[in-house]
Formats: sequence, C-alpha cells, structure tokens
Amino acid sequence: MADTRAWEPVVNRVVTELRAVPGGLLPILHAIQHEIGYIPPDAVPAIADGLNISRAEVHGVISFYHDFRSEPAGRHVVHVCRAESCQAMGAEALLAHACERLGVEVHGTTPDGSVTLEPIYCLGNCALSPAIMVDHRVHGRISQQRLSTMLEALQGSASAAGAAR
Amino acid sequence: MTRVYVPRDSGALSVGAEAVARAIAAEAALRNLPVELVRNGSRGLYWLEPFVEVELPSGRAAYGPVTEADVTDLFGAGFLQGKPHRLSLGKPEEIPYLAKQERLTFERVGITDPVSVADYEAHGGYRGLRRALTMQPADIVEAVVQSGLRGRGGAAFPTGIKWKTVLGAVGDQKYVVCNADEGDSGTFSDRMIMEGDPLVLIEGMTIAGIAVGATRGYIYLRSEYPDALVALNQAIKGATAEGWLGRSVGGSGKAFELEVRVGAGAYICGEETAMLESLEGKRGMVRFKPPLPAIAGLFGKPTAINNVISFASVPLVLDRGADFYREYGMGRSRGTLPIQLAGNIKHGGLVEKAFGVSLRELLYDYGGGSHSGRPIRAVQVGGPLGAFIPESQFDLPLDYEAFAAKNAMVGHGGIVAFDDTVDMAAMARYAMEFCAIESCGKCTPCRIGSTRGVEVMDRVLAARQSKDPAAAEESVALLKDLCDTMIAGSLCALGGMAPFPVLSAVQHFPEDFGLPTAALAAAGR
Repeated sequence: MADTRAWEPVVNRVVTELRAVPGGLLPILHAIQHEIGYIPPDAVPAIADGLNISRAEVHGVISFYHDFRSEPAGRHVVHVCRAESCQAMGAEALLAHACERLGVEVHGTTPDGSVTLEPIYCLGNCALSPAIMVDHRVHGRISQQRLSTMLEALQGSASAAGAAR
Repeated sequence: MTRVYVPRDSGALSVGAEAVARAIAAEAALRNLPVELVRNGSRGLYWLEPFVEVELPSGRAAYGPVTEADVTDLFGAGFLQGKPHRLSLGKPEEIPYLAKQERLTFERVGITDPVSVADYEAHGGYRGLRRALTMQPADIVEAVVQSGLRGRGGAAFPTGIKWKTVLGAVGDQKYVVCNADEGDSGTFSDRMIMEGDPLVLIEGMTIAGIAVGATRGYIYLRSEYPDALVALNQAIKGATAEGWLGRSVGGSGKAFELEVRVGAGAYICGEETAMLESLEGKRGMVRFKPPLPAIAGLFGKPTAINNVISFASVPLVLDRGADFYREYGMGRSRGTLPIQLAGNIKHGGLVEKAFGVSLRELLYDYGGGSHSGRPIRAVQVGGPLGAFIPESQFDLPLDYEAFAAKNAMVGHGGIVAFDDTVDMAAMARYAMEFCAIESCGKCTPCRIGSTRGVEVMDRVLAARQSKDPAAAEESVALLKDLCDTMIAGSLCALGGMAPFPVLSAVQHFPEDFGLPTAALAAAGR
C-alpha cells in the first residue's frame, strides 16, 4: 500500500509551497500533474485541506478542465488538433488514421501503455495545418505518412524503454 | 562575428527550426567561423519557415524554408556573406508579402531578440511607457480613447472607455489582466507577439497599470502555448532586472508587478468572466454581468481586462500619439489589425494591415489561393463562433461594422480558408459539437442546446444520406429554431454565437444539407 501512495510527499510539498498563492488551485494542480503525471483522486483531500476548500470544489475543478487527468497517461501523449483550420487540411482523416494505427479510440491509451491519443482544439499553428502535439512539442504540416512514422518511433522507443526497465 | 537569426517561434519550431539552429551552430564550430545565433520571433511567412536571416553590413539576407539538411550546403555557398543559394529570398523587408503590410503592433517581431530588454529599447521599446510616466493617469486614458483602439480579442469594445471605468472605480486594489487564452482556430497573432516581442505586451500592461491605478497584473495564458510561457517569463525577468517592473517602474515610485498564470485547456476561459473565475482557482464558469469586471473583477476588485494585441498596441499609441494610430483604418475601425491567414491557404501567415483591406485581397494577393490548388469555397472569419462567408462576399472589407451588417464578425482577425472539398453540413455539425464540448454548463440554451444541435445535425446528415429532402427540410427548420433560442437565451458568446457558423452554412451552402429542390431554388441555387 505504501507504494501506491508514493505521490504523497510531492502533493504535500506542492500544497505547502503554493497554498498562499491567490487563486492557487490551478497552479497547484498543474504542479502536481507535472511531477506525477496525473492528479491521484486520493490526493484531493490533502489539496482541499491545504486550501481550506471542500473536496467537491477540488474535484469540480479537476473534472472541469480538459488538461487535468485522474489516472496516468501513456508514456507519450499525442494530441491531434481537430479545430477548423486543421480540418480544412484533413485533420479528421488524420485523427482517424491515428486511431487506426494505434488501435485505440480517441482519449484511449495503447495496450502497451506507450501512447495516449487525445484531441485538441487549436495549437495556434494554423498557418501550418494540420498540426499535432507530441509531449508538449508542436509539429506542423503533418501528413498521414509522417504521423505513422512518428507513432512508430514513439511506440518503439517506449517499448525499448520499458524493456530496459 | 556574424549574426544569424533562427526563429524560436513555435510555428517555426513545428517545422524544424530547432534542428536548423543546432546544425548552424555545429557547422560554424566545425568551420571555426564566429557566428552569433539569435533566436528571434517569426516574420509570419510560415510557408517559408524555418526562415533564416543573416545580418550583413548592407542589411539582412533571408533564406528559407531551410531544413537541417540544407545547412552544410548554405555554408558552402557562403550564406554568411549573403551569397546566393537556391533558398535565397533576398532582403526580408523587400519580400512583397511583408513589404505591402503596415506593421505597427508587429514592428519588432522577427527583427529583435524577443527577450532582450536592451534590443527592445534599441528598437523603440519603452518609449511609450516613458511618456506615460510623465502624464496624468486620466491623460493616458484619454490618449487611448482618442486613438480609437478597440478590443482586439473579438468584441471590439473601445479600450480607452474600459480603462476610464476602471480608473474611476474605487478599490483598495485594482488589477490588470491580459486575456491570452487565444483559443479561436485560425488565430495565432497573440502567440506570435508573446513569443516574438513579449516586452511590448509587458510594456502595454504596465502603461495600463499606471493609467488605471493597478499595481498587479496577470497574463492568463492558455496551456497549449508552452513556448510563449518560456518567452514571457524570460521577458518578465529581464524587465524586472532593468527596473521596468517591480516596486518602482522606471524609477517613478509607482509599482507594477506581473505574473503569468496558465490555463488548463478550456476554450470558455477566453470569455473574460470565466477567465476571472479560473484565475481565482475555480471552474471556468461564466459570471452574470453586471457587475462589469471593470467595477468588480478579479477577486471582486476593479479590473482592466484586454487581449494581448490590444495591450501590445498601446505603447505605440503613447509613443507616437493617438492621431498617428487613428490615421490608419476606416469608419469606426481605427488602426491596424494583425490578420492571420490559416487553413487551406498557400501562403499562411501574419498580415498586419489597416482596417478596410478586403477578404479577396487577403486570400489571393497575400494568401496565394488555396494550399490544395482547388477553388476556395468558403472562409470562416473570427474563430469557431464566426460566420462562414461564401466567395460571393469576398469583397467585404475587414471592418467591424461591415462584417456585423452581414451577421459575420471580424473577431480576432483569424481567417480560415476551405477549398471546394469541404462539407458545410459537417462543419455546421462540428460547430455544435465544439460548443457542447466547451460549454461551461451554466446556462441551458448553450449546455443543452448544443447537444440537441449535434443530434439535429445528425438527422440532417442521415436524411441527406438517404436522399430524403423532406426529412432534411424538417430538421433544418428545427435547427434554425434551436439556433434562435441559443442566440437569444445564452449567457455569453459561446452559446450565443455558436449558431452563427451553423446558420451561415445553411444560408450560403444549402446544397450541402440535402434540402428539396424548391428550397434550394428559393435560396437561389
């Protein structure tokens, strides 16, 4: 059980550091997700206590924003933009292609845990549509072929890293 | 030492600018050539990115689009001396796309090192704030009123009038908040400023703080812009070190401190009251107005909220005067608008022009037509809540009032082009779907209406598929009724304007909705 709460020191430190920041809940959630990769549902009470707000309020914020996740993502997160500008350049087909290549639905994670596929609504790279974001790095003018190559590399490197572990 | 510019702009990075910069540094080291790499903003000619510039005694020489693989060849050809190469573009400022623009707000973007305060000041930076510090707050506000500057975020409310309200409001603490939640598809001018000239935004916000009596500012930045976050924080650090931010701005004794806060992927937080809720650490739920944020905004205090481009236009107004700025433009749309060409367009990028330029000129003279080479069938202006405009209306001038008269909006100046393969019924469905995904859920017309809208559009698409015009017509009638309810009954622009792309798609492209021949004939098809 101790291992499953390995995130506890991180949460406590972040809450202590940021509790005095005005309107600090979003910065706290970002910091926790940045370090742990997600916001453990069991961490909600500690966050609520630290900010002197209800657990419902914390949960409400986590569930409101698309960025926050309550369970770990794959080792890589691929966001495919499906806003209008990218749609004008074939984004819907690109997203379908990604689903097919990875064998997952949108918001899904591959069985090997290597890649999570998410939609995103505008990356601000609209002059170079279609755009995707891989682990916070934006790539423009993405063809289906290029996407395949990138996904292959991600899955390959992820499984290699997994084997090394 | 030869100075070489490779953009740090995330658009340039998205097509390999980082690898190009590394390759140039490595090749220079290998050849033992003294090269100073400057990571500038983008000139906004995205089809030519990575756009590399070399500084020569005679000015700059540009090359692009440069790939990592071209670098050795460029050195071999003598690009450090500005020698010709197949990627030569000549002097950047003489490229017609740039030469024909009227760059005011973007005057430094691509030219300076974005995070160098010294470079900023050497190119006219902080002259506006220096001037403002010699003026009375009411006179600063009056200069902004006189400039005719209207909010560039989309709503086009006069910036100076907003500031006047905040100045006149009573509060022990006031705030300046920059709405940098640029979520509209087809827009990226805020991002380009934040990555390419963040100090002009910081200067504009500081002037606003001095003008309205606010000592604290926040930039609410969308999380999709990690590179802008880095640039803004570097620029804030630099400005603070030089005394342009902090307890005594420019030695004036007046305090102004600035902090960047990152959103979490919610389109609705671009609505100003939802943004305030988010800044306060809550769900991004839209607030009822009144009270206006100018009276009771962030943490209940008087708050001046403006878009990135609005703030970034202010230093120039103070530096060169309100009259200089208002000379540009047409009608009640004064000054320039940084227009963004996006979607299926050959030459996508940033075009800053005085108001009054036509869509046709933008799409063909600047944009070069569609990227696919097929005819442009429709454009959407002003983001996901903006109307679709057919080719027959491409002579419309970019002017807030001219667009409003056509039930369209200029918004934040983003233009998304679609070629003739676009399915306008699918786009109408997407507009409703997007509204359903991003609705904050506070008001029923938006929360429920958008979901019903998706369902009705699914029925339209099914009727079209099964060639049942009567069923399509029935569903389209219901769709229009639903749109009326959303427009009239929604609390904010999301539910209140999401119907505009839907209705404009039906109005201008009825042939995509599987309607009966009689209905199409009535629409002139």
